[in-house]
Amino acid sequence: MHGNDATLDEPADDDPAFLALIDDDGRVEPRDAMPQGYRQSLVRQIAQHAHSEIIGMQPEGSWIGRAPSLRRKAILMAKVQDEAGHGLYLYAAAETLGVDRVDLLDRLHAGKQKYSSIFNYPTPTWADIGAIGWLVDGAAITNQVPLTRCSFGPYARAMVRICKEESFHQRQGFEILHTLSHGTTEQHEMAQQAVDRWWWPSLMMFGPADDESPNSARSMRWGIKRFSNDELRQRFVDMTVPQARALGLTLPDPDLAYDEATGHWHFGEIDFSELFDVINGNGPLNAERMAHRRGAHERGAWVRAAADAYAAKHASRSAGTAA
Amino acid sequence: MSAAAGDAVGEVVGSAVGALSGDAAAQPDEVAAYALRLGDDALVLAQRMGEWIAAAPELEEDVALANIALDLLGQARTLLTYAGTADGRTEDELAYLRDAEGFRNVHLVERPDDGDFAYCVARLLGFSAYQVELYARLASSTDHTLAAISAKAVKEVAYHRDHATQWVLRLGDGTEESRIRMQAGLDAVWPYLAELFETDELVARLGDVAVDPAGLHEPALAYVRGVVHQATLSVPEVAVAPGGGRRGEHTDALAPLLAEMQALPRAMPGVRW
Ligand SMILES: [Fe+2]
Ligand SMILES: [Fe+2]
Repeated sequence: MHGNDATLDEPADDDPAFLALIDDDGRVEPRDAMPQGYRQSLVRQIAQHAHSEIIGMQPEGSWIGRAPSLRRKAILMAKVQDEAGHGLYLYAAAETLGVDRVDLLDRLHAGKQKYSSIFNYPTPTWADIGAIGWLVDGAAITNQVPLTRCSFGPYARAMVRICKEESFHQRQGFEILHTLSHGTTEQHEMAQQAVDRWWWPSLMMFGPADDESPNSARSMRWGIKRFSNDELRQRFVDMTVPQARALGLTLPDPDLAYDEATGHWHFGEIDFSELFDVINGNGPLNAERMAHRRGAHERGAWVRAAADAYAAKHASRSAGTAA
Repeated sequence: MSAAAGDAVGEVVGSAVGALSGDAAAQPDEVAAYALRLGDDALVLAQRMGEWIAAAPELEEDVALANIALDLLGQARTLLTYAGTADGRTEDELAYLRDAEGFRNVHLVERPDDGDFAYCVARLLGFSAYQVELYARLASSTDHTLAAISAKAVKEVAYHRDHATQWVLRLGDGTEESRIRMQAGLDAVWPYLAELFETDELVARLGDVAVDPAGLHEPALAYVRGVVHQATLSVPEVAVAPGGGRRGEHTDALAPLLAEMQALPRAMPGVRW
């Protein structure tokens, strides 16, 4: 954790000077004094975000070997590689807060930290890869663009890099679905079924409704979050409905209707009991995702140990020659 | 992600020579057969390396192995596209609609790594050492397309060789366990290296269009041996595996690899993806 001197200077959660800095749209940097609650809440959020990036490699990674054209294979490989890169940026951002990637991964593997529940859904067909790019990366962009203005500097800067890549991700997903939707009847069906599977889970990526989201208000007060869950969800729906039309696909919500008065798309009620079920570990693939992650980590333990041992040997050897 | 990931092929093939016509003396179908070998090597190894993405020992390595797989896939695409101009087949028709007997890759690239990182690294060392020597020479091919493809690829495979080298050194001179595993990885890969350097009549007939792999044996192996020694490991003394990949004879590992890769286009033939 961070050094003792920082702890001594730590302002209270509602420290007026700190809140004034936030209100002034100031950036908090790792060396600055910050409330313990602010630090903890960022560590939790950034770690969860980083974990989501790396667990998120799995559902798409499973299609790299099966992508139906070499061009699609190349794009998918590059996309999954990007997600690994996003994980790296985010773990690095978390480390500026005095935590260690190794510990964060241990906490993920022990089930003590979460990742986005969306990645607990299966990808049975190629069209699911399109739906993930279009909807899941689309929802991620909606969430992440405001985070580029987050009050914590390293997180905001990581988001700037990530958001640039996410728009490619969404576009390639859209393009997969567009090709399928305008292909054979069988392909069109495949695309429609995938969208049916992913629509509601992607709406749930924005989290519970505002009145059910206790941490949100604090995050907004601290300038970590700029918009509420419901505002972001609405923004996503407004962006996505016209895109679905362009795809020639329907969204599985009979209540979807344009509201002239508000200028927004009204959508049906979300069954959050499903979300909470998945969060609590009862999603279709929670166990499999975690087993895969732990398996890769455990199989790689000897490799990491060797790299450490080699680095230590060579550091002491070069220290030896210097002395 | 690089915007170019999907569209790098036209760049190289298109800018050099549109179709097989690089060397007046060479038969187009023979140049195609040669390009197909090299392309199949790259494609099959890209498929194997792709299996590591989301399963690597650490996150940096997910990124690095994905990079290598992407480079190999890019090489495969340009080479298959070029090979296909001989008889009007696309890269995808060549990749997805041939059975194992139609593939011309060496056995080294099709062997499964089964999640063994030492095997993965040992294979990459041997294969990239071969590819560096190959592409460095093929960059002067009298066939302009092969020359252009090679000039681009040689920089990529130099990075692959360097990456593999770093890992063999770390694992060989890391812990007692990693040393044993790395030696075992080298021992397992070694029997398959010889096939890379086998020459045959096609290569002889192609003359300055192609590179005789027999001439690559000495420099490539010298590099690999140097790394093995520096890693405090020993050069394996094991019997050579039979080979035959260039004639379409494969180990039992290739058919399942292709079955996975080709499943969808074969189930729904003739459609766009
Ligand atoms: Fe991402
Ligand atoms: Fe993404």
